[in-house]
Amino acid sequence: MVGALILTLAAAPALAVIGCMAARRPRAAEALNLIASAVSFACAMPLPFLINGQQLQFWNDYIMIDRMSAWVVLCTSIVYFLASIYAVGYMRLLNEDKRLCTFYALFAGFGLTTLIGPLMNSVGIYWIAIELTTLVSTFLIAFERVAESMEAAWKYIMVVSAGISLALLGTILFYWGGSFVLGPSYKMTWATLTDAAPQMNPALLKLAFLLVLVGYGTKVGLAPMHSWLPDAHSESPAPVSAMLSGALLNTAMIGIVRFLGVTKAANLGWLPQCTLVAFGIVSLFLGALFIVRQQGIKRLMAYSSIEHMGVVALGFGFGGALGVAGALYHMLNHSLNKSLMFFGAGIMMRAYGTKEIALIHGVGCRFPTEGALWLAGAIAITGAPPFGLFLSEFTIMRAGLKPPFSWAVYVMAILLIVIFIGFMNHFRAMYYQSTQSEESKGDRLSGWCVAPMWLSLIPLLVLGLWWPTHVWDYLASIAQSLNLEPQ
Amino acid sequence: MLVQHLSPIASSLFSLLAIACLLLSFVMLGSRWLNNYLYAFAAESWIIAVLSAAVGFYGNYPELYLIAILTLLFRGLLLPYLVWRIIRRLDVDREIHLFLQPSTSLIVGALFVMLALSVSFRIAAELHLQLTVATLALTVMLSMKLIGFLILALRHEAVSQILGLLVLENGIFLGSQILVPGMPLLIEMVILFDLLIIVACFGVLVGYLMTHAGTTSSLDLKRLVG
Repeated sequence: MVGALILTLAAAPALAVIGCMAARRPRAAEALNLIASAVSFACAMPLPFLINGQQLQFWNDYIMIDRMSAWVVLCTSIVYFLASIYAVGYMRLLNEDKRLCTFYALFAGFGLTTLIGPLMNSVGIYWIAIELTTLVSTFLIAFERVAESMEAAWKYIMVVSAGISLALLGTILFYWGGSFVLGPSYKMTWATLTDAAPQMNPALLKLAFLLVLVGYGTKVGLAPMHSWLPDAHSESPAPVSAMLSGALLNTAMIGIVRFLGVTKAANLGWLPQCTLVAFGIVSLFLGALFIVRQQGIKRLMAYSSIEHMGVVALGFGFGGALGVAGALYHMLNHSLNKSLMFFGAGIMMRAYGTKEIALIHGVGCRFPTEGALWLAGAIAITGAPPFGLFLSEFTIMRAGLKPPFSWAVYVMAILLIVIFIGFMNHFRAMYYQSTQSEESKGDRLSGWCVAPMWLSLIPLLVLGLWWPTHVWDYLASIAQSLNLEPQ
Repeated sequence: MLVQHLSPIASSLFSLLAIACLLLSFVMLGSRWLNNYLYAFAAESWIIAVLSAAVGFYGNYPELYLIAILTLLFRGLLLPYLVWRIIRRLDVDREIHLFLQPSTSLIVGALFVMLALSVSFRIAAELHLQLTVATLALTVMLSMKLIGFLILALRHEAVSQILGLLVLENGIFLGSQILVPGMPLLIEMVILFDLLIIVACFGVLVGYLMTHAGTTSSLDLKRLVG
């Protein structure tokens, strides 16, 4: 059952890639990608319920699904589905009908690579899957064919490829460490690595973990390796930005978390989690600085992604049931919320014809519904109640309130408040109506663009008001299997 | 563990090849002509292919012969050809603006090698592998990594950056041949193909950069800030 679901999950976007390239008709490509994303979502939804805490392996042990990968795949498929609905409406606005088939083929390919990445059982193949996401998404970022998006795409592929080669080096050092225990040739899966870790050399493991952390951290967008992120997120078409932020970052994060589990099994002391906490704090700090003085609307959202990845890193760094469960819950909430924010930003960018915050005003009057949804999303993304991010951030803070990291919680709280004020200040400026003579309620927006905003806001509100016990148990059991208790 | 019981001749052959690779990356660091970068890279890949075959011979890993042939074909011939095509399409044959003169960057590179050496001495001491070829392999691996990053940071032309990235990968590949010759064949092959796709993607992107941004130098890519 689970095997069939995983196969369908991957086959749907794969077929969509082929279909879109063969179809040559933009509407057909649109429909194919939408259907593929819906099928993937339908397949990913029951996965967490079906796997029952066991680790299942398929296809010669190359594919592995456990609770954590099922959770991340669920987050990814939600974003892929929402972004595909949105793309139907948004991409028609670009008047690029001729190239839409290519776009959807790449988009489905991007969905495919981000969906299968977390399911890879072999550490080396996981690295390759992450590298593939880079290659596919580069061309999505470059889709608009203007100087800015070319620059963003070039920086993206350069910075991320260089960064991720460090992760390859770290992976090889892990393999080398394992070869002292398991002999020169063995299958390097996450499980064998975790089992062999207690007998591996600690100094080598530390070096390997730091390399892997910096490498995959580049892909996650942890500061100071984040430099590609604001450019790539702001210059790509809005559905792609949502995918980059909501799906891709989580897919890379899961690698860091799995390596963290390996180092934990090896008993390396405080170093791994402390480094992760340090990266988290630096990301929050940098996010706060750039959010306060930001001028571009999509760059604002991009820096907010850096901030939230910092929060997730802090959650895993703090460890314990609260920290891990909070971080995983934060991933889901952030995926929903950041999609909503990029959808809104895309609409506003097209309607006002600018990316500058200063040139957008009177959003509330011109777009009553969409404006309200976007504003609610903005309140949610800054971690204010009653939305999901408030709950998860609060849980992460509670996890850290123990001696080794309590300082980090206070810094985090201050930075989150700064971000709240900075973010809301930009939204105040954009919703402020300066003159009455503005054209009011002129634009009719396609339902394709508005529906996904509702679809992301409502679950976000529900998740904020009610954290189901089953979900809590589910996340807590992931925390238990990772065993990231603070020292 | 292969490196613990190697005949002296094998171990000196491996050392020779590894050091030759390191020297070639210094050639890339010391030159400002794109063609020199390309030749140095191609020669480096050939040496790595020979090294794979040698490791396969002395360590009794027959599958490494296949890797050696594929390395020769992909890294030694196809990749340089693809990069050469990119160079031919551009109107650039050398780095024009340099942050650091080649002589200075050579010295910085030498400092990086010392850093790599001290790290790998420490690791080798932990693993009781001092005075084996493993120390040298780790040193060359780390220093080619650092030199690759130095090239990425100091050079602006798109082609030099691509080659800098390939030096990073070459360093890893070289080190892994000596340290973990038993690594599953599948992963090595996929990484080889992956590299090919990366360079192909770079080729397309360089074309886009020319047409849409009007430049291939990262010095001129400064629209996106803040």
